[in-house]
Amino acid sequence: MKKKHKKRNILPGFGLSMGITTLYISLFILIPLSMVFIESSKLGWSEFWQVVTNERMMHAYKISFATSFAAALLNGIFGFIIAWVLVRYRFPGKRLIDGLIDLPFALPTAVAGIALTTLYAQDGWLGQYFMAIGIKISFTPLGIMIALMFIGLPFVVRMVQPVLENLEREVEEAASSLGATKQQTFLKVIFPEVLPALLAGFSLAFARGLGEYGSVVFIAGNMPMKTEIAPLMIMTKLEQFDYAGATAIAVVMLLVSFICLIFINLLQKWSRKHELQDE
Amino acid sequence: MSIEICNVTKHYGSFQALTDINLTIPKGELVALLGPSGSGKTTLLRIIAGLESIEEGGILFDGKDLSEVHVNQRDVGFVFQHYALFKHMTVFDNIAFGLNIRKKRLRPSKKEIEQKVNELLDLVKLSGFAHRYPTQLSGGQRQRVALARALAVEPKILLLDEPFGALDAKVRKELRRWLRKLHNEIHVTSVFVTHDQEEALDVADRIVIMNKGKIEQLGTPSEVYDKPASPFVYDFLGNVNLFHGRLHKGKLDLGSATFDAPDHLHANDKEAIGYVRPHHLTIEREKQSEEAIAAKISFMHSIGPTWHIEMKREDSEAYVEVELSKEDYAQLQLKVGEVVYVSPKEVKVFIPEDFVI
Repeated sequence: MKKKHKKRNILPGFGLSMGITTLYISLFILIPLSMVFIESSKLGWSEFWQVVTNERMMHAYKISFATSFAAALLNGIFGFIIAWVLVRYRFPGKRLIDGLIDLPFALPTAVAGIALTTLYAQDGWLGQYFMAIGIKISFTPLGIMIALMFIGLPFVVRMVQPVLENLEREVEEAASSLGATKQQTFLKVIFPEVLPALLAGFSLAFARGLGEYGSVVFIAGNMPMKTEIAPLMIMTKLEQFDYAGATAIAVVMLLVSFICLIFINLLQKWSRKHELQDE
Repeated sequence: MSIEICNVTKHYGSFQALTDINLTIPKGELVALLGPSGSGKTTLLRIIAGLESIEEGGILFDGKDLSEVHVNQRDVGFVFQHYALFKHMTVFDNIAFGLNIRKKRLRPSKKEIEQKVNELLDLVKLSGFAHRYPTQLSGGQRQRVALARALAVEPKILLLDEPFGALDAKVRKELRRWLRKLHNEIHVTSVFVTHDQEEALDVADRIVIMNKGKIEQLGTPSEVYDKPASPFVYDFLGNVNLFHGRLHKGKLDLGSATFDAPDHLHANDKEAIGYVRPHHLTIEREKQSEEAIAAKISFMHSIGPTWHIEMKREDSEAYVEVELSKEDYAQLQLKVGEVVYVSPKEVKVFIPEDFVI
């Protein structure tokens, strides 16, 4: 008689840990999010459509997505450089700078907003010089972008840093011994290895930027059709006790963000195809 | 291409990695740099490649000084212990890398590159694997890809840093035989680093034995094994028994026995050590010569076709190890606890003042 062997996992307790995972995700993500849909469904289709597609709203979406995207992109570039410097070079104050990177995580966003506004206001420390060359930062989309860059930087640096640290020196030496110049080694060997992490950092920074409220509202000035962001529109509706309207906007933001993140995830999967392929 | 290393010295901080190394490697030879870890063998290899700078001395390829030439201009192929493959590229792209990155006017056409890569895949017996990624290969396969990648640019010199160090014993043996065969076919000057004596003796045309940043001996495998130039080499290239005694006019006096030491006819009452390999000792039941030493058998075990007999000397409590063939062992019918006499067939005597170990 053949005895059936149960496949053994290395760590026991799959049932228990899976149960905890399901419960946790339900309690803290799925149920709250579904409330958003339930609340907004009170509106009915035509009203829903009208709330989420009026001209002022459309403009707010545009500002939100454009500034978040631009900020995440710039953070992608500069965050990579910062991570590179922190991993590759030794210099005095390195650990201090390394510690500073996390500060935007910890700082209450309103504090960041006030600090940035004072700095970049038309008569602020930095703002006055930009005014002199004709660039207005506070109360413009540019200001929003700067706030989002401040908020999003740690995501990119902290995603890229460990990958750079784990890169084998020997791989670069191998490229070099095959005749590669420094630029070729960077572009063809180092960068492709870091790309998945960079994309992950980018998508986190982007997602965070879309939801960011506290640090943006001060520097944005919140002028209708100019510098209103989507989360602000939600707050405005809430202040008028229009819960259904607020959740309707939230639904749109959720869906669009979800689509964006899926797209970035696919991109990331493609860039890691060599790791995911199995026999 | 021949390699000449002249007076090369290298420090890492206060650690002296290499001291005044002089070495000439003739064209087309397969040379092993052999030594324990920390002996400077890998440093020397990396210096030849141009991956490490040198403080003093020079590296000459065919008489041309390349000390200041960057690794990417030296025409060397380098194979790393841990393969260092490009993980995000297929096997094909890995091998083609060195050709693909060439300047347009030096780069072969796409078709030529494809042909070349396929040839190399045949050579390393990985024809069906062109579109796999390195993570889908075994260690031995990865190292063969690394070798094909290094050979693709047709290097004038092939450098291998413990190329089989990360592989298991059987694959290692297979791969080193294969490397030997490959070298016979393409005759590129090759230097490989290893800490495995067997590997060096098995594969290399010549062996450079290194210790503490210096070259201890240079010679063919049989030269270094049969005529070790120093106690270090003797010790490093296999098991050895030490017999401490006093050397006087060609005789090493151990107290209870005396060994002949014809190399030291003029020595005058000096402390010396006789080195005897375990298979150069014979066992007898009776003391038949003045060379025989009484010893008590303490442990016996067989490894493959040989028997290892461990015994304790009756005069000094020191342990002696003897290797016997199965036939000899069967004839002697030894028992643990029995007292027998061991005498050397071959002794090499070193005076410690000359060599410090």
